[in-house]
Amino acid sequence: MAGHPSTYEPKYAATRWLDQRLPIIRMSADFMVFPSPRNLNYWWTFGGILALCLVAQIITGIILAMHYVPHVDLAFDSVQRIRRDVPFGWLLQPMHAVGASMFFLAVYVHMFRGLYYGSYKAPRELLWIIGCVIYLTMMATAFLGYTLPWGQMSFWGATVITGFFGAVPVVGVSLQEWLLGGYSVDNATLNRFFALHYLLPFVIAAIVGLHVWALHHVGQNNPIGVTPKTKSDTLSFHPFYTVKDAFAVAMFLMIFAYFLFYQPDALGHSDNYIPADPLKTPAHIVPEWYFLPFYAILRAVPDKLAGILLMFGAIVVLFVLPWLDTSKVRSMRFRPVARGFFFIFLFFCFVLGWCGAGNPDDIAVPIGKGLSFYRVSQIATIYYFAFFLIILPVLGLTEKAKTLPDSITKSVLGDTAVAAAE
Amino acid sequence: MGKGLIVSEAVQDHHSANSVDGEKRDFIFIATGAVAAAGAASLGWPLVSQMGKAADTLAAGSIEIDISAIEEGAQLKTLWRGKPVFVRHRTPKEITEAVNTNVADCPDPQMDNDRLVARPDGKVDPKFLVMVGVCTHFGCVPVGEAGDFNGWYCPCHGSHYDTSGRIRKGPAPKNMAIPPYEYLSDTVIKVG
Repeated sequence: MAGHPSTYEPKYAATRWLDQRLPIIRMSADFMVFPSPRNLNYWWTFGGILALCLVAQIITGIILAMHYVPHVDLAFDSVQRIRRDVPFGWLLQPMHAVGASMFFLAVYVHMFRGLYYGSYKAPRELLWIIGCVIYLTMMATAFLGYTLPWGQMSFWGATVITGFFGAVPVVGVSLQEWLLGGYSVDNATLNRFFALHYLLPFVIAAIVGLHVWALHHVGQNNPIGVTPKTKSDTLSFHPFYTVKDAFAVAMFLMIFAYFLFYQPDALGHSDNYIPADPLKTPAHIVPEWYFLPFYAILRAVPDKLAGILLMFGAIVVLFVLPWLDTSKVRSMRFRPVARGFFFIFLFFCFVLGWCGAGNPDDIAVPIGKGLSFYRVSQIATIYYFAFFLIILPVLGLTEKAKTLPDSITKSVLGDTAVAAAE
Repeated sequence: MGKGLIVSEAVQDHHSANSVDGEKRDFIFIATGAVAAAGAASLGWPLVSQMGKAADTLAAGSIEIDISAIEEGAQLKTLWRGKPVFVRHRTPKEITEAVNTNVADCPDPQMDNDRLVARPDGKVDPKFLVMVGVCTHFGCVPVGEAGDFNGWYCPCHGSHYDTSGRIRKGPAPKNMAIPPYEYLSDTVIKVG
C-alpha cells in the first residue's frame, strides 16, 4: 500500500540522533512491517529467492575473480585449478555456475507468476518494465560469464552471439570488430568480457533497488488481483512473509544443493571441458538451457537478420505487454479463456526450449512424414508472438471474466467470517 | 522560514534593480554549454575508440602459405587474423561441379572464376580454392566435404556451401569470403 505512515519510534538517544540525520533504521523498520496482501501464495516467494541468488552470485563471483586469469592461454587452466587446487574451489566454482542456472530458474518462475496474475497491469507497468530490464541485464551477464572458462562452448557461443552485431546493416562488421577488439573472438574479447561480467551484477543490484522501490510504492499484486482496501486485507511483511519466504528459500536451496553436490555439471555442456579452439567448431552448438527458447526462435527463420530481430522481438514484446493486454482483470483465476491460452503459452515455451536443444533437421514429432525441430520451432514461435500480439489484446475486449471477490479478506475467510469480524 | 523569504526577496530586488540582459545570458549559457559538450565529446571518443583493434592486432596482418604440400582432395586449415583460412586442393569433379553451377539460382551469385586469384603468369588455377573458413551466418567453422553440395556444411545452423564455397542452402546470407591474397610464386601464396 502506497505511502503507509511510518510506525517506527526510535527508543534510544543514539537512534533518535541518527533518525534526525539519516533515517536509515526507519527505512529498514518500515520495510519490515510493509503491509502485504494476506493471500500471497508461494509463487510470491521468488522475489526473495532471487535477491538471495544475486547476493550468492556476487559473493562467489568476487571469490572466483581472485583466482581466475582472463587470458586465452591461461583462462581454461585457471578454472580447472580453481576446481582442483584452490581450497574449497570445488565448492565455490560450481556454486557460481549452478547458481547461474538456479537464478534463471527462479527468474522464469517469477516472470510466469507475473504473467499469470497480471502483475504487469496498472499501476505496476513500470515495476514490470524494470523487471524486464533486470532480466535483460541478467542475460548479458550470464552470456559474458559463460565465455570466461574459455572452453569450446564458451568460445563458439561468444562467436555466434557477437556475430549478431555483424548482421546490422552497413556498420555491422565494424561494430562487431569494435566489440571484439580484433578480427575475431580473442584475448582482447576475453579481457573485456571479464571486466563487464564483473561490472554488470552491480548494475543489476542497482536496478533491483529501483524494482523494490517501485514495488513498495504501488504495493504487491496478489493471487486474486483485487487491491487491498482495509487493514484486514494485509499482513505485516515480518514475521508473516519473512517466515514464508524463509521456508521457500529452504526448499529452493534443496534443489540447488542437489545439483551442486550431485550433478554440478548436468546443467552445463560437456564440450566446455575442451579448451577453446578457433579452428574447430563443435558439431552441435547449443547455449545454456535458459537461452534455448530464444535460440529456437533465432533458428526458426531461414534469414539471418530476421532471425535476430525475432529473437530480440521476443523480449521487446515483454516490455510493451502492459499495453498489449487490454483486460482490466489482473488474475487469470477469473479469466477462464485467457487461463487456457496461458497454459498453452507455457507449454510452447517449453517446446521452444526443446527445439533449441535439438538439431533443426532432425525429426521431432513422428507424425506423417515427420515434423522437424525446425518446423516445430516455427509453430511454437508463431504461438509465442500470437499470444502477446493477438490473443491477449483481443481476449481483453471479448472475454467475459468471472465476478471478482469484493475484498481479499472476503475471498480468504468467506462472507460469514467477514461479517463476524465486522 | 521567515529568514529565507527575506533573503530571496533581496536577491530578486537586486536582479530587478540591475535589469538583466537576457540575450547576453543566453549567449553565455549556450557558449558555456557548447564548450562543455565539445570537451565531453573529445574525452568520450578515446573511451569508445580504445575498444577497437589495437596496433599489434592490426600489425599481425599477413601470412605466407606453401600450397605445394597439399595433396589433391585435401585441405589445409590455418589461422589468419584469428580466423581459419581454408586452402583446398580441389579434385577435377569438384572443379567441374563448381564451374557448371547455374549461379543465377544462388543466394549470392558469383562465378567460380571470380573467387580465384591469378598466378604471377596471369593464369588462373582452378585447383586451389583459398577462402576464409568462416560461415557468414554467425561465424562458425564449416566442416569440409559435407552438406548437400559436397562442399562445406556449417554444423551450427545448417548452412550448405558448394565446392566453390558459395552459399546454396540454409540461413547464411553470403558466400564464404575470399581473403586478400596473391601468388608469390607458383607454390607460395601470401594472405593479407
